[in-house]
Amino acid sequence: MAAQVVTISSGKGGVGKTTSVANIAVALASRGQRVACIDGDIGLRNLDVVMGLENRIVYDLVDYVEGRCRLRQVMIRDKRLPELYLIPAAQTRDKTAVSPSDMVRLCDELRSEVDWILIDSPAGIERGFKNAVAPADRVLVVTNPDVSAVRDADRVIGILDAEEKGPASLVINRVNPSMVKRGDMLSVDDVLDLLAIDLIGIVPEDENVIVASNKGQPLALDPKSKAGQAFQNIARRLMGEDVPFLELETPGLFQRLLGRKQR
Amino acid sequence: MEDSPLVQIKGIRDGLLVTLGQAPWPDLLTALLARIERQPDFFRGAHLALDVGSCALHVQELAALRDQLSERGISLWAVLSESPLTETTAQNLGLATRLSKPRPPQVPETSEKIPAEAAKWVRGPLRSGTKIVHEGPVVVFGDVNPGAEIVAGGSIIIWGRLRGVVHAGAGGDESAIVCALELSPTQLRIAGEIAISPRKPAKNQPEVARLANGHLIAEPWQKQ
Repeated sequence: MAAQVVTISSGKGGVGKTTSVANIAVALASRGQRVACIDGDIGLRNLDVVMGLENRIVYDLVDYVEGRCRLRQVMIRDKRLPELYLIPAAQTRDKTAVSPSDMVRLCDELRSEVDWILIDSPAGIERGFKNAVAPADRVLVVTNPDVSAVRDADRVIGILDAEEKGPASLVINRVNPSMVKRGDMLSVDDVLDLLAIDLIGIVPEDENVIVASNKGQPLALDPKSKAGQAFQNIARRLMGEDVPFLELETPGLFQRLLGRKQR
Repeated sequence: MEDSPLVQIKGIRDGLLVTLGQAPWPDLLTALLARIERQPDFFRGAHLALDVGSCALHVQELAALRDQLSERGISLWAVLSESPLTETTAQNLGLATRLSKPRPPQVPETSEKIPAEAAKWVRGPLRSGTKIVHEGPVVVFGDVNPGAEIVAGGSIIIWGRLRGVVHAGAGGDESAIVCALELSPTQLRIAGEIAISPRKPAKNQPEVARLANGHLIAEPWQKQ
């Protein structure tokens, strides 16, 4: 079976793209899938840190594109899961070192090796974003429930439609149920209402995400973590399972949402 | 090889303007890329505007061209065309469709009646970053999200929620109106007047904004 290429994008920086990629990758791999993640953020790489693999990098994406190594050499095997690989970005170059057709070529070569290829898109809508989106079969847009992140997500969704990469699926990250309840944060409904695309995940705010990122141990492996569970659910939905959305502390709101999805 | 008559190059204030002749698109593309191959250094780093004449281009063709140019170190920023399809495509890809945008004259002119059939029909949602510019009226079926912008010579009618920026009567037509099922624009302009939404949250009912004695007013829409 040829791999599916899934690009994770957002427009705005800092909404949790890299965290999402690392956790969804780990979640897929923990379900027996063969997964490769590609860090598309050339010059500002950090997927390796979040996955705890930074000290194993020998070759990077630009080395592969410029022909200094073979595909297998650039794929770093994860230390916990046997069929999880990372293709790191170069830290010393910039986005122009890679072109959209390079990314398509890389993914075409990778497709026979794995089941899933996850690409971590850099923030912005320029070259790096175009590189990350070029090979995608499907795009997940990550946003936070705040006005500026939603506005950027809206722009990215529009661009994806124009490039015929849509419809994108939405991950709403860092939802804080008690802030929503107080009316201090956009609700999931508010966000969906504006963006009008399919929802694939709701991830609650969780301090442990930061701790886990610093340690290089994605939370999706921790069965006690709500955020980790939410990422596991995204992985299951990607695999075609019909998984109900997690109930956060304010059931009324999310039950309404569930009712809506089941329609 | 002589300079192909299909590809004309001119330096302009904003970079290079390349004008393509009349030929099928694949021929034009080949001629353009061949022209660039001959002087790659001249083109590298160029800020390029492309006039494709009446050629009708789809998203894939234009996106492929942009990527091919970008691989040669050329950034395509504008596509000029007489074809509405190409213009829409270019706008969707975030490219400019004119070289420098002259500000619409702010001095109210004698309002010219624009024929109703000149209206532009747009299917929504209009997402952040989209800009619709049209000389006549504009009708949108769907929401206009924050960050989207509509500039119309005539009235603007939105069958959906208006949360972006709209400018009706941009040519000075003070009789232009803006109406929407939910009127909560980031900013609303009619002719030379500017207003921002005073209300939050918006009234959950259709409203009409118009100019009355030089003031912008919004009122609920009711059966006349």
